[in-house]
Amino acid sequence: MPLIKDGAEIEDTWSFTEGDAEVPATGCVTVSLTRLIEDADALLARNTQVGVRLEPADDPHDLEPFLDRLGLIEVSFPKYTDGRGYSQAQLLRRRLGYGGELRAVGHVLTDQILYMNRSGFDAYSTTRATLPSVLKALKEYSAFYQPAADGNGSVFARRHTKA
Amino acid sequence: MYRYDQFDAQIVNDRVDQFRSQVDRRLSGDILEDEFKPLRLQNGVYLQLHAYMLRVAIPYGQLDSAKMRKLGVIARDFDRGYGHMTTRQNIQFNWVALKDIPDVLEQLAEVELHAIQTSGNCIRNTTSDHFAGATKDEIMDPRPWCEIIRQWSTFHPEFAFLPRKFKIAVTAAEHDRAAIRVHDIGLHMRKRGDQVGFEVHVGGGQGRTPVIATMVNEFVPEAELLDYLEAIMRVYNRFGRRDNKYKARIKILVTETGAEEFTRLVQEEYAAQHDAEKIDLPQAEIDRIHAYFAPPAFADKPATSDAFERAKAADSKFATWAGVNLHPHKVDGYTSVTISLKPIGGLAGDATDSQMMVMAHLAETYGFDDIRVTHAQNVVLPHIALDDLYDVYRELDAAGMSTANESLITDMIVCPGLDYCNLANARSIPVGQEIQKVFADGDYERDIGKLHINISGCINACGHHHVGHIGILGVDRKGEEFYQISLGGRADEKARVGDIMGKALKFDEVPGAVKTIVDTYRGLRTNSDEKFIDTLERVGHEPFKEAIYAAD
Repeated sequence: MPLIKDGAEIEDTWSFTEGDAEVPATGCVTVSLTRLIEDADALLARNTQVGVRLEPADDPHDLEPFLDRLGLIEVSFPKYTDGRGYSQAQLLRRRLGYGGELRAVGHVLTDQILYMNRSGFDAYSTTRATLPSVLKALKEYSAFYQPAADGNGSVFARRHTKA
Repeated sequence: MYRYDQFDAQIVNDRVDQFRSQVDRRLSGDILEDEFKPLRLQNGVYLQLHAYMLRVAIPYGQLDSAKMRKLGVIARDFDRGYGHMTTRQNIQFNWVALKDIPDVLEQLAEVELHAIQTSGNCIRNTTSDHFAGATKDEIMDPRPWCEIIRQWSTFHPEFAFLPRKFKIAVTAAEHDRAAIRVHDIGLHMRKRGDQVGFEVHVGGGQGRTPVIATMVNEFVPEAELLDYLEAIMRVYNRFGRRDNKYKARIKILVTETGAEEFTRLVQEEYAAQHDAEKIDLPQAEIDRIHAYFAPPAFADKPATSDAFERAKAADSKFATWAGVNLHPHKVDGYTSVTISLKPIGGLAGDATDSQMMVMAHLAETYGFDDIRVTHAQNVVLPHIALDDLYDVYRELDAAGMSTANESLITDMIVCPGLDYCNLANARSIPVGQEIQKVFADGDYERDIGKLHINISGCINACGHHHVGHIGILGVDRKGEEFYQISLGGRADEKARVGDIMGKALKFDEVPGAVKTIVDTYRGLRTNSDEKFIDTLERVGHEPFKEAIYAAD
């Protein structure tokens, strides 16, 4: 599946292992939150990187013990209308200080990508948006009223900052 | 009123360009209706029975003459010559072609208007008291905080795909005209010494499951308001139900979680916020926004006006209108005028393009360029000198806008119903018109006094029937329209959901039943000053029920 990160389409070196299925012997893998918690010792002892895929109902706080050892956090959007992933992303970035790759997977559409970017995502795994459309969507607005995880200052504050 | 600076203008112009490209992609077939839907919805574009409908945001209901004229131009050039004022203090155009909507948005942006977040599962237009900044009974003007909330909630990246739509209302008056207790969040401004804060009510709402909001915090200091709202929104976004759209509003989360546990979740989320997560709203910014709402330069006038008194003595129709459609102003010699958009037999909330031009002219000439849209679908000129009132009245009268029925029985809230809406089960407008005919005699109506009838054409309750003193709900029974009558609802500081009286009535039976209810009240009231709702509360609903169903 095409992966867009840092303004380019790149090769995806990760694979997701469903539920309790056997994890491939080599390569970077993501697993579910439940699997990560259950098999944390074995998974984190691997020579390759390990990540997790959060489903909308998962609590990002459960990742706290593992955050500095995770190579990737995927946040799943089963439907674009389910906005829980935006709160998960903001919590991971701003509350829990996660600094690694945060990837939106699932029903990821061009017109939601700016909101995702502002909420802290830096990678998008999508068949529904092309690189040019994503790059355009990210530049459609130049000012934002509220602070978010993208580090842009709010318009409230910018109005009172001397250039 | 608030004026855009470079940032506000930039954001709204960026939106116009973005939506133009989205409409182009739709018209060229590049994206399907399915994928276009969330985009058009967040721009206030609905697919209705006959055409696309465009809903334009009127933040906290405030307009000036330039904005009102522009709405008139759009009604004339892109619609069929009228616009419809909504219960969210917005305006809707029912006949705009999709290809024209980008041009309409561009014209709106010229006068600092937009359609952002007027639909979709996001934070909608913040509403307020339509007499804000003018009324005697407010402790301060709530509009500056409405504007701050408007900005904070615009394109909020975390809260654009909530479980369901989300509505916030703010009042600063003891008598609540903003219906805050039937909103997702209702804010009542309070003072503790010199400190300004907000009493926070959460989880009110109408629709299928009417709920009166729970107070979750007695006093959130103003500097903390946005951070506190973020905490509520995050709890709702994470935990609100998404499995059933009819259980997805925050009221269901509050009810199912329990008010106490919900409050604890909000407090916990609020307490966990790091300094770096707090919203960077400087005091200088709060002050900057407040400065736009400074009172206009009122003249020093006596409390009474000779010109006004003379005109009343000379023109009894004017005297009658002035007895009904005025609201006390905080400054001597001024009044707030309600322009009723509920003429007998008319369409509730509709104004023609030429009527919009007249209202704009009056506001500009006599009213410090200030206009409000009310949640009862009327228009208010908040600052009119008593000396000028007769001139204002004559122009309104000439334009067919002098109906003297503000808050009386013919001043109903009515949803578009089956005539326009594809959700409706029954017609609303015609049933309202038939009831109006029964009470068209002004003396009869004024004798009845304050009485709110609210009519919805389906269970979604857009006509606010749950909180009508008399509520009427259209239902479909095997293809025939029936109407359920409820009594005792109210949306003010004593908010309450009305009780259903009994079996639903046929269309033709509704006007007679309403008359029976009203005449029962007139027989039971202690004197003509006792309002319908007060008599109802004193005697209970039984006598009314008996009267309606006596023949059965």
